[in-house]
Amino acid sequence: MSDITSLTLTELIKNIKDKKISSEETTKAFIERGEKSRDLNAYITEDFSNALLKAKSFDQKPNFDLKLPGVPMAVKDLFCTNGVKTTAGSKILNNFIPPYESTVTQNIWNEGAILLGKLNCDEFAMGSSNETSFYGNVQSPIDKDLVPGGSSGGSASALAANLTPITIGTDTGGSIRQPASFTGTVGLKPTYGSCSRYGIVAFASSLDQAGPMSKDVKDCALLQEIISTYDEKDSTSIDFKRNEYSKELTNNIKGKKIGIPKEYRVDGMPKEIEDLWTKGIEYAKDCGAEIIEISLPHTNYALPTYYIVAPAEASSNLARYDGVKYGFRSKGENLIDMYEKTRSEGFGAEVQRRIMIGTYVLSSGYYDAYYLKAQKVRKLIKNDFDEAYKKVDAILTPSTPSAAFKIGEKTNDPVSMYLNDIFTVPVNLAGLPAISIPAGVDDKGYPLGLQIIGKAFDEQNILNIAYAMEEKIEFKNKITNWWIK
Amino acid sequence: MPKDNSEYLIERNDNIYEVVIGLEVHAQVTSNSKLFSSSSTTFGAEPNTQVSLVDAAFPGMLPVINEYCVKQAIKTGIGLKAQINKRSVFDRKNYFYADLPQGYQISQFKYPIVGEGTVVLDMPHGQKEVGIERLHLEQDAGKSIHDMDPQNTLVDLNRSGVALMEIVSKPDLRTPDEVSAYVKKLRSIMRYLGTCDGNMQEGSLRADVNISVRIKGSDKLGTRCEIKNVNSIKFMQMAINYEANRQVDLIEEGKTIDQETRLFDTKKNETRSMRSKEDAHDYRYFPDPDLLPLEVTDEFIEKLKADIPELPDDKKKRFIDQFKVSPYEATILVSDIDTAKYFEEVIAKMGKNQDIKLAVNWITGELFAVLNNKNLEISESPISAKNLAKLVNLIKNGTISGKIAKTIFELMMDGDKDPQIIVEEKGLKQESDPKALEALIDKIINDNREKAIEYKEGKEKLFGFFVGQAMKISGGKANPQLINDILKKKL
Repeated sequence: MSDITSLTLTELIKNIKDKKISSEETTKAFIERGEKSRDLNAYITEDFSNALLKAKSFDQKPNFDLKLPGVPMAVKDLFCTNGVKTTAGSKILNNFIPPYESTVTQNIWNEGAILLGKLNCDEFAMGSSNETSFYGNVQSPIDKDLVPGGSSGGSASALAANLTPITIGTDTGGSIRQPASFTGTVGLKPTYGSCSRYGIVAFASSLDQAGPMSKDVKDCALLQEIISTYDEKDSTSIDFKRNEYSKELTNNIKGKKIGIPKEYRVDGMPKEIEDLWTKGIEYAKDCGAEIIEISLPHTNYALPTYYIVAPAEASSNLARYDGVKYGFRSKGENLIDMYEKTRSEGFGAEVQRRIMIGTYVLSSGYYDAYYLKAQKVRKLIKNDFDEAYKKVDAILTPSTPSAAFKIGEKTNDPVSMYLNDIFTVPVNLAGLPAISIPAGVDDKGYPLGLQIIGKAFDEQNILNIAYAMEEKIEFKNKITNWWIK
Repeated sequence: MPKDNSEYLIERNDNIYEVVIGLEVHAQVTSNSKLFSSSSTTFGAEPNTQVSLVDAAFPGMLPVINEYCVKQAIKTGIGLKAQINKRSVFDRKNYFYADLPQGYQISQFKYPIVGEGTVVLDMPHGQKEVGIERLHLEQDAGKSIHDMDPQNTLVDLNRSGVALMEIVSKPDLRTPDEVSAYVKKLRSIMRYLGTCDGNMQEGSLRADVNISVRIKGSDKLGTRCEIKNVNSIKFMQMAINYEANRQVDLIEEGKTIDQETRLFDTKKNETRSMRSKEDAHDYRYFPDPDLLPLEVTDEFIEKLKADIPELPDDKKKRFIDQFKVSPYEATILVSDIDTAKYFEEVIAKMGKNQDIKLAVNWITGELFAVLNNKNLEISESPISAKNLAKLVNLIKNGTISGKIAKTIFELMMDGDKDPQIIVEEKGLKQESDPKALEALIDKIINDNREKAIEYKEGKEKLFGFFVGQAMKISGGKANPQLINDILKKKL
């Protein structure tokens, strides 16, 4: 075994099941790699010693019937993990240790996986570059001082840098797909209602979805079939027939109709993105798919709609962080003073900005003009997709309007940062599944991703298309280990 | 009959004002667990022992609607003869307070579960209909305790998340007596339905009172003030009285009334401004994205309708028809479900040849007096319906006199004793043997010859003396009717 950490999940599981490597050896390898990679700042909390204990315990009584037998993995620090600090990238939760486990992570541990630690992310998942985290920005393994994307930046970085064989993130407006695209990895945002939100620190409840991030599509399918369960503890969880996505995965997509939405050809789109898209269309054709031009007329309104709906929900969701019950508290003269100090010291600038926007759009006198209108537009955006899906089985777009940018490049320009989500937010507004797969590089060699958007509950179909295209694209991520001295 | 307070008017100078009142009643839903979590709702538990992660708003915790509470709200809606909305929506009402862990209360704003309905009040001057505007479900907040620690406010979250029904009336009430009757009627209906225990001491029922005044005859509503969180009928009446007079005084002084929220100080018997309209919270209501709209089917509602017991208005009608009680008596008997149950059980246990009138008198007279004195509910009555029925029957069949019955009633209270056994043990059976009584009376007349002559000569007052003697000598057991008859014959 040359390097355990560079294996895909599927390869890793095979080796463990064939008893070529133990869970302990595997876990040790990822821990060592993690310790050497602290300059990436991918972890907020390492749980290495517990991970080793669990791995040893697995090896003593291995159960190879499980889907993730003794596989160590790290997860985004937005998932509450029983007994392990969970911060959501925020100072306001800097001492918060949940006495409960999120449904999604519980599903993973139930299949034999072992927690390595909690991965860095934008504060409360608000950001597109992992620069809003109270625990510092994350470096991309692709290049020094390059953002890994966000908000699941720690997850993307750790995955691309081989600190974890697979990971999970959350995606409210592109927080899985955009960092996957920036780091040459695969990321799936499932249909809203597919993965339980129970135990995930909420950002915008009507948009949040957990999803898998992986090195290839097959791994992604396997992790999705594990984390997607119906959960009575989440009233928005939907009880639909879930596939065994990895078993039913096929590269045969002959005759599938794939839509190309003309509205995604935005003004000022870099040539490299144009070219990537064109190439993607060719790949899809090579796989036997039929390409159909479609229209999603309200695409232009998706971003402003998103930046009303998401902050509105966030402003209310984050009201519970008030210093009264748990988390950070600042001393105050009285209750109001304590609230004000706790929240202005505990929340970072971007979170405060969004709370302000959200509070404003819900205020009496502005509600109709902003929130209510945004809800109506959201319906129109969903209708666009419904119309399109009468003609096509899936939709192909670029994942992002550009490759990864440098740390600090956009921090003073929130709007240009928000524009990063332009291709991903319509999917969240419509509650649809979408996958980002690496499909090429820009002139600096930075990865670029393609996004395949599916019908609701049709994860299998977009996984199949991604799987087929992945074979044609033959993308190889170049990781130079630049951060290891 | 209580006196007729059909009008409650305030006179100042030459102006006559009437008072317009609307109530927002908060009724705690009777259910074992909270509206969106499985924690217990038992009253009086140690602080913070009935709190789930959802109630304490831990990160990532999500509300899941308690179906039982939904059923309770719909049943209440049916009891209020109200429109049941098949689709309703939970909204978030956002504000910060230490005992509101989420930073918002889940409530229903635009689309409540129950729409317009009616409550009929039995007032001394006749029936009065009060319109119901809506009923919606919402979470209760926790409790802030300010007086247990000199430095800190303590918070108890046991109540946090408990289901409440907010029942909003139309501004149809005009007098403190109507307010009292309205609250009692709501309480009665909900207790019949088992949807709210109506316990005001424990805070299961409390109200915000909206009051405005206007010149009598005007059809324009005045500016209203809302008095928050009044937790007894007496305080509601006191608050209305104070507030209405305050408003009239302001108008008479040429001042305007500010629309505001006020508090009632029960010690000083006055209302005080809490916050003005300008300072009113902007609650930023919006649909709770953690919950889907609440949708119920016709079948679901019909099933609940089939489960609705006989309600006070129907029961009253039946009591009048079936038992020939007066409307006034019927109103008293049905006002509380346990009283109605007790009454019907007494009737059932009395068997044939029953004296319903006598039973009603004993229940609303002696029994109510005892319950009042001992501050007991009828469900805690020291005398069971079965034994009260026996007592009434003993009077009816002449075994005991009414006077003896009162003595027996006192003895029965000690452990719900059977009156028949008391009669036998104490030898309290009424003497109704005419021969024995004649012998007794002959002896009395013999012993009081002179008085008998005086009576015959016209001193009729002395008749009472002979009755008294008969009762005294018989130890109160002589049948008074027979004594009368025999005395008249013999004297």
